[in-house]
Amino acid sequence: MKLMDIVVKDAIIPELQSTNRDGAIAELVDSLVAANCVTEDQRDDFVKAIIRRENKGSTGFGHGVAVPHVKHIDITTMHIAVGNSPDGIDFKSLDGDHVYSIILLLSPEDQPENHLDAMEAIFSSLSQDTFRRFLRQAKSPEDVLTLLCETDNAVR
Amino acid sequence: MTTASTTITIQNRLGMHARPAMLFAEVAGKYTAEITVGHAEADPVDAKSIMQLMMLAATQGTDLVITADGEDANEAIDDLTTLVRDCFNE
Repeated sequence: MKLMDIVVKDAIIPELQSTNRDGAIAELVDSLVAANCVTEDQRDDFVKAIIRRENKGSTGFGHGVAVPHVKHIDITTMHIAVGNSPDGIDFKSLDGDHVYSIILLLSPEDQPENHLDAMEAIFSSLSQDTFRRFLRQAKSPEDVLTLLCETDNAVR
Repeated sequence: MTTASTTITIQNRLGMHARPAMLFAEVAGKYTAEITVGHAEADPVDAKSIMQLMMLAATQGTDLVITADGEDANEAIDDLTTLVRDCFNE
């Protein structure tokens, strides 16, 4: 699976306004609403579900990145929103460090294989030091898209 | 030095998604042995790294090959086998 197929181009926020976890999650879901990938009616449900999932165990797996996500019955197509926080956000990460890049994933409830494929694509990128560094340095949606394009085209 | 290895099938419907991967890495981390896990379509990765475990995209029905190398290799394999067999307590 290629990241470019699921990342929503209009849901990339190079500088998140929120300085806390739940605010950042809401901001990213709002960007998916603005991009017409999530309806106004669904917005609150999805935000709550992602936060509930996060409270069960942080998706801040270390190295300054977090991958909040939810599988939801009302999601029909997989979508990713990407956000950067220049000052860092406390995500209760496993390594205790702040999170500077967030990849938020919405997955249909009935497609566990696709969800795992998307996670594989995300973590193949995030596990690389250079990818994390370039992502964190991205100053515009175009910077992020260029990086994702290069990653997708690299032989994994 | 002891080496131990086993193959076990993922049985839970959602496969090894984030929470199971976290548990797996946590259990593996309790042992000093070097532990890797892979399957037919994925090169072995470090069982103590959640990020690497997520790269396995291990769906339901995937046969995981777990290999441990070190003094507590047998105990590690037993513990991890139980975790997968119990569907990651889901």
